[in-house]
Amino acid sequence: MLPSYLTMAAILFCIGLYGALVKKNAIVVLLSLELMLNAVNLNLVAFSKYGVVPSLTGQIFSLFTITVAAAEAAIGIAVLIALFRMRGTVNVDEFDKMRR
Amino acid sequence: MDMYSQAAWLIPLFPLAAFLVLTALGRSFRRAGILTGTAGSLAAFVLSMIIAVDRLGGRAVDYNYAFDWIRIGDYTLRIGFEVTNLTAMMLVVVTLVSLLVNIYSAGYMKDDERITVFYGYVALFTFSMLGLVLSDNLLSLYIFWELVGVCSFLLVGFWYAKPKARAAAKKAFIVTRIGDAGLLLGILLLFWYMPDHALDFTTIQSVFDGQSGAITTGITTLIALLIFLGAVGKSGQFPLHVWLPDAMEGPTPISALIHAATMVAAGVFLIARTYDIFLDSAAAMETVAYVGGFTAIFAATIALAQNDIKRILAYSTVSQLGYMMMALGLGSLTGGIFHLFTHAFFKALLFLGAGSIIHAVHTQNIQEMGGLGSKMKVTAWTFAIGALALTGIPPLSGFWSKDLILTVAFETNPLLFVAGLAAAFCTALYMSRLFFLVFTGKPGAAADGAHESPATMTAPLVVLAALAVLAGFIETPWNGWFGSWLSGEAEAAHGSGVAIVASIAVGLIGIYVGWLIYGKRSVSRTAARERLPWLVKLLEKSYYVDELYAAVVVRPLKTIGSLLMVVDEYIIGGIVRLTGIVTASAGRTAARLQNGQVQTYSLTAVIGFVVIIVAIVGRRFWP
Repeated sequence: MLPSYLTMAAILFCIGLYGALVKKNAIVVLLSLELMLNAVNLNLVAFSKYGVVPSLTGQIFSLFTITVAAAEAAIGIAVLIALFRMRGTVNVDEFDKMRR
Repeated sequence: MDMYSQAAWLIPLFPLAAFLVLTALGRSFRRAGILTGTAGSLAAFVLSMIIAVDRLGGRAVDYNYAFDWIRIGDYTLRIGFEVTNLTAMMLVVVTLVSLLVNIYSAGYMKDDERITVFYGYVALFTFSMLGLVLSDNLLSLYIFWELVGVCSFLLVGFWYAKPKARAAAKKAFIVTRIGDAGLLLGILLLFWYMPDHALDFTTIQSVFDGQSGAITTGITTLIALLIFLGAVGKSGQFPLHVWLPDAMEGPTPISALIHAATMVAAGVFLIARTYDIFLDSAAAMETVAYVGGFTAIFAATIALAQNDIKRILAYSTVSQLGYMMMALGLGSLTGGIFHLFTHAFFKALLFLGAGSIIHAVHTQNIQEMGGLGSKMKVTAWTFAIGALALTGIPPLSGFWSKDLILTVAFETNPLLFVAGLAAAFCTALYMSRLFFLVFTGKPGAAADGAHESPATMTAPLVVLAALAVLAGFIETPWNGWFGSWLSGEAEAAHGSGVAIVASIAVGLIGIYVGWLIYGKRSVSRTAARERLPWLVKLLEKSYYVDELYAAVVVRPLKTIGSLLMVVDEYIIGGIVRLTGIVTASAGRTAARLQNGQVQTYSLTAVIGFVVIIVAIVGRRFWP
């Protein structure tokens, strides 16, 4: 069973990574980040159930991750809104202040 | 009694102080600048005069003071100053001519806006020349030797807006450099072979006493010839004489000071100072004598056909320096130095007189002058005295010194005696040609409005004219005072009736012929040109020596230079440019990565991460 879960998690992570690297809309980028985090959560849960030494710690750890991800999403949205107010756009290509 | 000689080190400091003040003063203080320069050389002259008069009694011993300058291991280089009768005499000559030139320039250079700079250079030159004279060892002499060369360069190129002046300055510097390289090699050789590597003149004198045998004859000859090469460059002897006539592009007072009276005589002074080395080598002495004799006749013939008043005098200087060298080479230190002494006065007089003429008519071509005698009485009379002294008419100073040299030549080397007589005849001819063309006859094209120069210019002429008359009496055939004073040994007065009669005769004949052609005009002036056009052309072109050098030395060097230029431009420069291009394009590529897009950065990071993963995992499958 474990390989199926891991394959599923890997596919999920790759989709998230693709979205984070390629999508132009910042909201979509944030969503893709969540996707990557969830892929990690899936891994943690899978290992806690079917790993070499099954343990509940993995599931508890994934709860923590979900909490942190919620907080991160809130901050991310807040930053995005601030950026939108300043620049009037959520297009990632326009956010190139780091060049200068 | 050495009290005054002890203070001799002060003499060069006066002009040096004047130079520093003048440099600091800037160009705005014209009158103050003139006064400073003149005061510096006046103070130096007064002190030199005191020292020389103090030593006149013949009781003064050589005074030498030296201190440790550089200590390297066991070797100590001492440097200092030395006052002998020879240096005392040179001090007086240098400071006196310098003083008179300073006074003269106040009139001659009056309208030049860089007159303060001019006075500064003159003061620097006077300092260097006095330092050269006072040096007690060859190394410090060499330093000052180069310094006077620099001053000569600066002053020849003083009017640097003129291309010819620039070219002449460069030529003077480069040609004398050949001689200077020889002198440096000679000094290094001497340093190598001398016991304890001593370079001071006292030790040189004791080592080269003819019997110590510390240094073999071959090495002695080599050292002497290398030192002589330095003298050849500085004193304008054949074949390095070419710079001296061109150096006449400088202001005329400079021609009088540097290129007639003092600096060019430094070569003669150098040989006199290291005379013991030459006395140890018969071959070197013969070389000096023949080069000198040849230069005397060679330059005198060129002077016959020149039309530029300063070039005539320049070739005359070369010729007279040849006389001095000839005297030294024939073993007569007295003859060479005595002629240096008298020549300094009458040649400075002639140059300053020429300057006065140029100041009045604004041309240097003697064919355009004429009839100036009635308009410029003081200049004409003093110039006549200088010309007669140069020609060697008794009782003027030039007669006694030239006669001494001819007497020595008559007694030792008949060939050089004949050469000396021929040169004396040419001297008489070209001086009478110069004098009659400039001062007598119909007024020439440029003679309108000519007037006598101001008193600041004529006063030095009168002083020098008096000296040109009187300076010869310190050494006459029946009175060997100067020679014994100079060498410190009683020297028998000698004279030769044949030499005296011959030298007076050729002088008078030369003047008579010159008068017939250019004064009375009973002989056609163009007779020589019609009969022997190739000879006149040869003389006018100075035997094509310049053209020969241009073909043999200058042009090949320029060709090699332009070839090397190509190598430098395309190979060396190409490598340099390539380095620049590679670096710049690498920078541009790297700058493209820095686009401010977070997604690009993370993509790069992911690619890097994948590469690392592939590398780590791939190692398992790689043998």
